Amino acid sequence: MTHEIVMAGFGGQGVMLMGQLMTYAGMLENKHVSWIPSYGPEMRGGTANCSVIISDEPVGAPIVSEPTTVVAMNLPSLDKFEAALQAGGNLIINSSLIERSSKRSDVNVLLVPSNDIANELGNAKVANMVVLGTIIAATKAVSQESVLKAFAKMFAKKPELLAINEQAIKRGAALVNGK
Amino acid sequence: MAEKILMKGNEAIGEAAVVAGCRHYFGYPITPQSELIEYMAKRMPQVNGVFLQAESEVAAINMVYGAAGAGARVMTSSSSPGISLKQEGISYIAGAELPCVIVNMARGGPGLGSIQPGQCDYFQATKGGGHGDYNNIVLVPNSVQELVDCTVLAFELADKYRNPVMILGDGALGQMMEPVAFPDKAAEAPAKPWATTGLKGRKEPNVINSLHIQAPDLEKHNYHLQMKYKTIKQNERRWEEYRTEDAELVLVAYGITARVVQSAVDMARAVGLKVGLFRPITAWPFPYEELGRLAKTAKGFMAVELSAGQMVEDVRLSVVGSKPVYFYGRTGGMICTPKEVFGIVKKIMLGEEEK
Repeated sequence: MTHEIVMAGFGGQGVMLMGQLMTYAGMLENKHVSWIPSYGPEMRGGTANCSVIISDEPVGAPIVSEPTTVVAMNLPSLDKFEAALQAGGNLIINSSLIERSSKRSDVNVLLVPSNDIANELGNAKVANMVVLGTIIAATKAVSQESVLKAFAKMFAKKPELLAINEQAIKRGAALVNGK
Repeated sequence: MAEKILMKGNEAIGEAAVVAGCRHYFGYPITPQSELIEYMAKRMPQVNGVFLQAESEVAAINMVYGAAGAGARVMTSSSSPGISLKQEGISYIAGAELPCVIVNMARGGPGLGSIQPGQCDYFQATKGGGHGDYNNIVLVPNSVQELVDCTVLAFELADKYRNPVMILGDGALGQMMEPVAFPDKAAEAPAKPWATTGLKGRKEPNVINSLHIQAPDLEKHNYHLQMKYKTIKQNERRWEEYRTEDAELVLVAYGITARVVQSAVDMARAVGLKVGLFRPITAWPFPYEELGRLAKTAKGFMAVELSAGQMVEDVRLSVVGSKPVYFYGRTGGMICTPKEVFGIVKKIMLGEEEK
């Protein structure tokens, strides 16, 4: 099984971190993984995206051109990557900021009001973690436990952050798994 | 080998250099390799090393020249336009026969070009780059782990042959993260009795120099260099083959492009097309004989590069006219997709593509 995921949004929404956490979690599960960011002169204030591959096989090309899952944190990202998604793939839309749904009927659309949920939790910064919860619940590419382990490792110097982020991930997962 | 960690290519090179005993780094920032100089700025003081951001690339390479002359394991890094600026110094270092490691995380060119990945510095890296008859050993890794392995190897080869070694990567390899494990340490640097570290009781001082003002002397020196290059060509060719045993079409690619091509090979194999990948790991010395051997079984070859066609010339030299050699490339910082390469493969195997 190979998960090829594109995560996209504008700078500051935390798409790079989402991708790194998933990649790290995949590594902890001894899977073959790669993470590569888009980088360019448009970074500041513009759109940013990263490709994440989590696979049972060694990873070939690290740049994903036909994703099995697309995560769109803002409208330009949805416009850009919606068409590239493979049929039957997951399209995860941040419905707090994107007013339209998908034009496609052959994909699994998940609407995640991530900013609203983050605000309910009392921390606007964890919107990306809500979406990450939805991604792992929808794809099952890695377990929630591994993501939390990865988080604890990446933020080893700030252990106080784990609780709120864990809550956010669980809320995002509940959108798929039911409450 | 320690536990695996997730690391960016650029940072992994820096840590590998530390593991290899590099304690002197001189550089100047440029995208897409700036994470490497940042890493060295943080890491070198922790291991009692020297980190110095020079006033320019020209200054940095001449600091490398000085440190190498004093016997240090020393490294510099840059990306394409910055590597062009270093060429004079590299030629001097090659002429003076000093060991050093130069990293080029290449981007699109010519000129300032773009900041996206490129492989258009292949000629510069493998055919000289600066003036004079010299060669750098050129390593072309294709993953973050291989960046680490090649960095450690680069220091060992540099010392072994007293020769500059270049790691030719690209922006994508520098920016991507993959799990990586570091060796505990590299082979110890050999004794360097030629280094300029003081007379220490000797009568004759060591001299580091690339000037041989008498023509017969310089010719003799050049003969010596060529003998050394011949030994390197015999001993240090490295490559990897993927599904080439029965391949009718052999794709040749290195670095990040080899990853794309490997995926394209799998797509072709899935529909029954006999396609394989030959991946040079040393671009100089190029594995001519090993690739040429495949001409006995393959019907054709295709070089795939992020350039307008540079390594393809070495592919032609390997095959020496015995089989058709095709080329497919993207430039400017654009990267081909596996599907795109698979499309070209189908055309060639159905006999529709021009040579």
